[in-house]
Amino acid sequence: MIPKSEAELSWRDINAGGIVIEAGSASQYRTGAWRSRRPVIDQEKCTRCGLCYIYCPEGSIVHDKDGHFDVDLYYCKGCGICAEECAPRSIRMEEEEG
Amino acid sequence: MSRVGMEVSVAIGEAVRLCDVDVVAAYPITPQTHIVEHIADLVANSKLEAAFIPVESEHSALSSCLGASAAGARTFTATAGQGLELMHEVVYVASSMQLPVVMAVANRALSSPLSVWGDHSDVMAVRDTGWIQIFTENGQEVVDQVICAFRIAEDQRVLLPVMIHLDGFHLSHMIEPIDLPEKEEVEGFLPPYRYPNPLDPARPVSMGCFAPPVIYPEMKKAQEEHLRASKAIILECWEEFYRSSGRRYQPVETYHTDGARTLLLLMGSFAETAMAAVDEMEGIGVVRIRLWRPFPFEELYDAVKDADTLIVLDRAISFGGPGGPVASEVRAALFGKEKRPRIASIISGLGGRDISIENFKEIIRRGVAMANEGIEASEIMGVRE
Repeated sequence: MIPKSEAELSWRDINAGGIVIEAGSASQYRTGAWRSRRPVIDQEKCTRCGLCYIYCPEGSIVHDKDGHFDVDLYYCKGCGICAEECAPRSIRMEEEEG
Repeated sequence: MSRVGMEVSVAIGEAVRLCDVDVVAAYPITPQTHIVEHIADLVANSKLEAAFIPVESEHSALSSCLGASAAGARTFTATAGQGLELMHEVVYVASSMQLPVVMAVANRALSSPLSVWGDHSDVMAVRDTGWIQIFTENGQEVVDQVICAFRIAEDQRVLLPVMIHLDGFHLSHMIEPIDLPEKEEVEGFLPPYRYPNPLDPARPVSMGCFAPPVIYPEMKKAQEEHLRASKAIILECWEEFYRSSGRRYQPVETYHTDGARTLLLLMGSFAETAMAAVDEMEGIGVVRIRLWRPFPFEELYDAVKDADTLIVLDRAISFGGPGGPVASEVRAALFGKEKRPRIASIISGLGGRDISIENFKEIIRRGVAMANEGIEASEIMGVRE
């Protein structure tokens, strides 16, 4: 809930009702830590169709200025939906190390 | 102030009007009482300027109350029995989010078999939900405690939801003489509600966040410490109420306990019959727990420490457990004390079954015998064998 320093907080530091005064703090939560497999995009095979961007339930596919799609590994939970939906089969799931 | 005869449920509605609530959300049909029916009338007739939201279930009723309270609205709801069960998930959320909703609960038995009548089964199912919980015995007490509940709940040092328990039918549907205070008196006693960080688009905050294991235990310890600390402010409120009304409320109430060797302990409106019963007996006192949560450990010990026998009457069963739920708590509270009474646990008055003065005398006689024989298991009395 209080992403940067939650491991250091005492119970005495908790705001009434657990309210987080800083809005939008969920964006700091690294859901990527949950991932056991990561999507890897083969940019040669990718047709820039954007299906991965549309299907990603976490908004973790980013679209750069040149029209390339890439994965934001800070948030990507490794669900594999992008690889499943990719029409030209240009996304493969690789095991995370460690 | 004038004394008027009215149904207790209607009197609660009048107390809610005097407290000038902003939002009432309630499921309007069974197992609802006349509490919200009367509030709906007050709103429809412009006697109370509030939003009345007739929602589709009790789960939604309390959820709506949480949203309103978080936005800074003084919020009330009422339910009973099955309705409280259907609310259950949100009952925990209210206290964890520290939203000071006030809720009247007309205590009722639970299905199955279907029973709309009164007992404390519904209370025991929400015992550990983190709300401040207060028991009442008559209509005047309910009115007084509803007014006090808003002040306690909304105190900036508390900010916790408060449940006011009243026995279904045996109290909720009685017509009793009620002293209703004047609006100005209530305004003088109850400051305006100010939630410290309300929902406000100009100052966004996050409420009810996700908490992984790295922070959840800290949040629960904070909640527990906070509920326990609220007792001092509850006592302060009741003292202030006594100064303005002349009616004194205490976490544990006693009747003829001085010098009594045998005490009967119970909660709720049946205590009035119990007191009438001990008036016809010698050397028996009555102890009533008013403040069910946070539990009044010191006051309970002070009230019972000099007695030989303490008979605890429960109107609920902890099925397959250590006995009546109140008896278990009282045993736990006194465990380890060098000087303490022997405890007998009796369960009676389930599903609206009356306990008469004669029944109370039988309960007391049986309780004394159980204590003398060292019987620790609960006994269910007043059922056909």
